[in-house]
Amino acid sequence: MSTITIEALTKKYPRVTALDQLTVDIPDGVCGLVGANGAGKSTLIKILLGLSQPTSGRASVLGLDIATQSDQIRQRIGYMPEHDCLPPDVSAAEFVMHMARISGLPTGAARERTADTLRHVGLNEERYRPMGGYSTGMKQRVKLAQALVHDPQLVFLDEPTNGLDPVGRDEMLDLIRRVWTKFGISVLVTSHLLGELERTSDHVVVVDGGRLLKSEATGDLMEDIATLIVEVLDPSGGMGASDQAANLLGQSGLDVRREGELLYIPAANESTYDTIRDAVAGAGLGLVRLQRDRHRIAEIFADPAPEGSQNRVNAN
Amino acid sequence: MSTQTSGASGVIHNIGYRRYEGQRLGRFDIVKALYSQTLRGSYGIGRGVVAKLFPWFLVGCTVIPAFIIIAVETQLKTEVVEFHQYPVFIQMIPALFIAVQAPQAVSRDLRFHTLPLYFSRPLSPGDYVKAKFAGVFSGMFLLLAAPLVLLYLGSLLIKLPFGSTSVHFLGALFGVALLALLLTGIGLLLASVTPRRGLGVAAIIAVVVGSYGTANMLQSVLSFGGSTTAATWASVASPVTMYDMAQSGLFHYSSTGAAQAPNFAGGVGFTIILLGVTAVCYALLLVRYRKAAKA
Repeated sequence: MSTITIEALTKKYPRVTALDQLTVDIPDGVCGLVGANGAGKSTLIKILLGLSQPTSGRASVLGLDIATQSDQIRQRIGYMPEHDCLPPDVSAAEFVMHMARISGLPTGAARERTADTLRHVGLNEERYRPMGGYSTGMKQRVKLAQALVHDPQLVFLDEPTNGLDPVGRDEMLDLIRRVWTKFGISVLVTSHLLGELERTSDHVVVVDGGRLLKSEATGDLMEDIATLIVEVLDPSGGMGASDQAANLLGQSGLDVRREGELLYIPAANESTYDTIRDAVAGAGLGLVRLQRDRHRIAEIFADPAPEGSQNRVNAN
Repeated sequence: MSTQTSGASGVIHNIGYRRYEGQRLGRFDIVKALYSQTLRGSYGIGRGVVAKLFPWFLVGCTVIPAFIIIAVETQLKTEVVEFHQYPVFIQMIPALFIAVQAPQAVSRDLRFHTLPLYFSRPLSPGDYVKAKFAGVFSGMFLLLAAPLVLLYLGSLLIKLPFGSTSVHFLGALFGVALLALLLTGIGLLLASVTPRRGLGVAAIIAVVVGSYGTANMLQSVLSFGGSTTAATWASVASPVTMYDMAQSGLFHYSSTGAAQAPNFAGGVGFTIILLGVTAVCYALLLVRYRKAAKA
C-alpha cells in the first residue's frame, strides 16, 4: 500500500522551480528521501503537510488529498523539522505534553502519552530539566518524541541525524528503524547521506533539481550504484602499475575512473570481480586492494538516466 | 505486544509501544488548549517563580490603589474616583503589562522556531492568532477589570444607589474591554514582528506610552488655543486617550484629559476607530502568521 502518492507535482517560485513534475509512489515502511541541498526535499514535505500550495499536480497522504483534506492529514502525521525548535527554558516533559495537547489529545491522555513516548526515545530523568542544557542527541530525541506523541500513522523526519556524533547517529538510526518495526509508524526520512539510509530504509527516493532521479527498494539501489576500488602494485618494484592496470581494465570493457593510485570501477555484476582479477593477474601485477566503495550520493547524480524515464519511475 | 513470564509470584508484563486509540479533540478544543496556556502564561502560572513576579507586581499596582480608595470612601461616605476614570489614572500599568506579556506570548515561538511544530498539527495560522489574541486579551481585561470590581463592591459598601452604580460599572467594564482589545492588537502586532523579546518590549512601551504623552500634549495645546473639537479628536493619537473619548462619548462620562468629551455620535466614532485599528492589527497578524507558516 502506498502511504504517499505524488502525481506531476510542480512548485514554482518566482525565481526557481523547486519541484518539477514529480511523480512517485512511496510505500509503507521506512522511506529515505535523498537529495542535495536545494533538491526540493523540504519543499515537498511542506506541500505534503499542506503548509504550501503546489503550483500544479496532485498528491495524497494516507489516502487523503493534500488540497482538500490537509486538516485530516495533519491529524495523522508527525513532523520533526531539521532546525532547532525547542524553547530552552522549558523541560522536555512540559514541552512534549503541550505539543500533545496541540495535537488534540485530552490532558490526561497527553500526560500518559508524553511519559510513554519520552521513554521510547530514551529520555529518562533528564526530561524534567530545562532543554537549554541538553546535548544535541537529547534535543533530537525530544524533537522525535514530539512528532510521535500523538501516535501518528506516518512521520516526516527532516535530517534527523544532523549534528550528531557517530554514536548518536547510530542510535538515532536504530530508533528510526524501530519507529517502523516496533511502533508500526511509517517513516519518510530525508538525508543527504545515502549510507545512512542504506541502514534504515526499505525504500529510497532520490530527487535532484525538483525531479525524480530514482525510486527503488534500498537493496536494488545499492546494487545499481556499487563501485569497486582497485589498487595494484608491481611486484618487481616498477612504477606505473596503476597506469598499466587502468589501460588493461579499460580494454576489458570496464569504465575506469582514476584518482591518484586508486582505480574506481562500477560493479555491473558479479563477473566484474573476475574480470578485474584476471586482467590484473594476467599482467603479472599484484592486486593490493579490491573492495566495495562506500556509496556517495554524487554517484547517483553522475549516473545519467535515460531521457524521459526520469519523470515516470514508479515504486514496486 | 506483551510477554508473559508465569511463575509462582505472578505475571510480569513487558509492555512495548502502545497505540493511542482514545479520543482526539477537534480544532476548537486545540485552540482552547493554546488559549488557556497563553492566559496562564501571562500570569506566570505553569512557569517559573521569576515569570510570576512581574505580572503579579502589576496586579498589586492596580488593586492596591483601589483598596486605598475604598478605605477613603468608607470614611468620607462618598465616591472619590469614578469607575471610568480609574483605568486612565493607572494607564502606565496596562501599558507595562502588554509590553511584557505580548512578547512573552508570541516572540518565543518565533525566536525558538517553534511555529512549524504548531502548523504541522491541525492548528492553522488563523487558529494560532485567535488563541494568542484571546489569551492576551483575557489577561489584559482581567488586570483592568479586577480593580473596577473592587471599586464597585466598595461603592455598594458605602450604599451608593444600586441601579445607577451598576450601570456605571458595566459601562466602565465595557470601556475597559475596548482598551484591552486595542492594547492587545497593537502589542501583539509589534511583538510578532521581532523574535527579539527585548526589542518587542521597548517598541510597545515606546508606542503605547510615548503616544499617550503626545496625545496629552496635543490635547492641551489645542484646547488652550481654543479649538476644542480638534483637541477632542487629537485623542486618536494614543490608545488610552482614544479609549477615554470612546467611553465618555458613549456613556456621557466626563473625560479625564485636557480635551472635552465628545457627544454620543463622537463616542460612536471613537469606538469605530478603536475597533478599526484593532481589526487592522488583527488582520496584519493573520498575514504575518500565514506567511510564517509557509517559510
